[in-house]
Amino acid sequence: MKLALVADLHANREAVTAVLTHAQASGAQRCVFLGDFVGYGADPGWVVDLLREHVARGAIAVLGNHDAAVVQGPLPSMIPEARQVVAWTRAQLSPAQLEFMASLPLSVTEQDLLFVHANAWSPADWGYIVNRADAVRSLQSTACQITFCGHTHVPALYHLTATGKSGDFSPTPGVAIPLSAQRRWLAIPGSCGQPRDGDPAACYALFDSDERILTFQRVPYDHDAAAAKVRAAGLPTSLAERLIHGA
Amino acid sequence: MAPEGAARPGALQVGQVIDGFRLEERTHQGGMATLWRVTAVDPQAQGVPDLPLIMKLPRIKGGDDPTTIVGFEVEQMILPALSGVHVPRFVAKGDFTRLPYIVMERIAGPSLRARFDAAPLPLDEVVQIGAKVATALHDLHRQHVVHLDVKPSNIMFRPAVDGQGGQAVLIDFGLSRHDQLPDLLEEEFELPMGTSPYMSPEQVQFVRNDPRSDLFSLGVLLYHLTTGTRPFGAPTTVRGLRQRLYRDPVSPRSLRADCPAWLQEVILRCLEVDPAQRHQTAAQLAFDLQNPDQVALTERAERLARSGRLGVMRRWLAAIGHESKHVVGAAELTARSPILLAALDIGGAQPALLEAVRHTVQRLLQTEPGARLACLAVMKINRIGMDELVDADGASRHLNLLVQLKHWARPIVQALASANGDAPAGRMTFHVLEAPDAAAAIIDYAHKNQVDHIVMGARSSGGLRRYLGSVSSRVVAESDCTVTVVRALATRD
Repeated sequence: MKLALVADLHANREAVTAVLTHAQASGAQRCVFLGDFVGYGADPGWVVDLLREHVARGAIAVLGNHDAAVVQGPLPSMIPEARQVVAWTRAQLSPAQLEFMASLPLSVTEQDLLFVHANAWSPADWGYIVNRADAVRSLQSTACQITFCGHTHVPALYHLTATGKSGDFSPTPGVAIPLSAQRRWLAIPGSCGQPRDGDPAACYALFDSDERILTFQRVPYDHDAAAAKVRAAGLPTSLAERLIHGA
Repeated sequence: MAPEGAARPGALQVGQVIDGFRLEERTHQGGMATLWRVTAVDPQAQGVPDLPLIMKLPRIKGGDDPTTIVGFEVEQMILPALSGVHVPRFVAKGDFTRLPYIVMERIAGPSLRARFDAAPLPLDEVVQIGAKVATALHDLHRQHVVHLDVKPSNIMFRPAVDGQGGQAVLIDFGLSRHDQLPDLLEEEFELPMGTSPYMSPEQVQFVRNDPRSDLFSLGVLLYHLTTGTRPFGAPTTVRGLRQRLYRDPVSPRSLRADCPAWLQEVILRCLEVDPAQRHQTAAQLAFDLQNPDQVALTERAERLARSGRLGVMRRWLAAIGHESKHVVGAAELTARSPILLAALDIGGAQPALLEAVRHTVQRLLQTEPGARLACLAVMKINRIGMDELVDADGASRHLNLLVQLKHWARPIVQALASANGDAPAGRMTFHVLEAPDAAAAIIDYAHKNQVDHIVMGARSSGGLRRYLGSVSSRVVAESDCTVTVVRALATRD
């Protein structure tokens, strides 16, 4: 089955629409949403409703740190900007939408695949995987052969052999990568709704679970429109700028 | 680390069927792999092309044999990503959880290994082999892959029938690096990877992504085929391997008197320690091997003695401080060093058009510092072999076109020289082809020399030309590379 892996959507309706259209045209049969559906962007309600529809049809969705914060309400430890975004987002969502988010699991395991927002060693503590050591720590904390996660907003692929040899790799969009059964893999598709690697185009990945082939994708979308909505909503302008520069 | 329950390659028998492939005959039992000739039980249902097939199975010794396991994993990843006549076609694979294997096209022709043992070979055979292998390497590099284990046993040739076929085929991608796929070998070894006589200085220093490493290995091969000896021996220690960073090889001409200066130039250029001093692409190397009279000769061509002690010391000190520089990927480097072809109707076109073509070519060369330019004119003859080309008239026409070509290119040569501070040796070549059909000659030349981009003038608007059809439109339609057709701006009344 062909899975579309979509992470860090961040209430960006334009990016999510472009990615799901691309995924459908590429033959994706099922979506896996890797957390952070809201926060930063101007369309949290629309994204949560879309997510509910997909989950009702068999999609997988795991909770992200922004989703958890919106469910709980702003915490005193947050920086003012984050508190502002969390409060604004919470105000946009209905009790039913919040309830749906609160019901999401921290991780999902299907056969030998693990789906989790941040990492496998302690999903609720939201530690980042930014280098090989972090990836090895996560891979050693699960029995699954392949882990898919989000959280860092930068596409990456890590691998680890049974003899402890590891590697990291910056993927090229559109290139099919066979994931050998001989080692374990950790893939981060990158962010759909707020890319941070210098390219504003939305990220996601396709995974053929029968052939074990992973393809990272980049989808250009109308980031100016998404940024304009962020400004119009009265959210911090730096969040609009990030969408335009992809950084 | 083959899991329990996996079939052991050693226990395989004739007639056994593995995933729809019947084992017919064991054709090779090597240290690293076993090869079986196989047939598909139901080719149509399996979607298997109608080709002779082999199955390659890794020989896994004991419980822990990372070289073989990871090398096989690398080949399983890279071979399916490759296509074209210069690689065996991939058909199927089986993973390590059951039985690891690769089924691929069986190349009917011989490996270079057989001829290699007969070295030194006749010089024209050496050159032909070199051009074929360089052409195959260029095709591989364009597909983002550096082979990293170029040696006789990894080079095969398709059977040649009626002048067709005969292409070099590269096999065994167990050490290769695909610049758009993860490098599974990155952390695997503490010693340099490769085959010691052929390993490039970069490989000795653990650099695995420079396509020019393959040109070094091909240089070692050509050196051996020419002289019958290895330029750097077959060292078995890292210290021995590192010698190639500072000890230059004995010159081929001092070992073989009839080796021409141009061939020594090409071979020693391949063997330069610094990849930036080698040909920048395999296509440029193939071009030199196919156009010997156009090879720009340097001090390398005449070298007979090796460096003295002082020279070796200097190279040794340089090697100590030598840090491998960042290199770009195979396909990117290949794209950065294109071969441009300016095809000129030097006797017939209007001066304004020739000038417009020159401006376009100059702009392209400025943006591509690694580019080479071949300037070409076609001398029209009635039919190949029918004209008395060797007669005085033919020879003077030929020479006249060459003189005009060089005159046309003078401003480009001057611009390059002023930009670089010296003459652009080897960056420009001049060719006059004698052919009855200009378009066919240009298309064929561009194909054989792996030209990336043809620049030529548009046909004039004369009624006769319109009636006859234009050379440029045929070149655009039938070439397998980029073609730019230039027009001189019409003067307005």
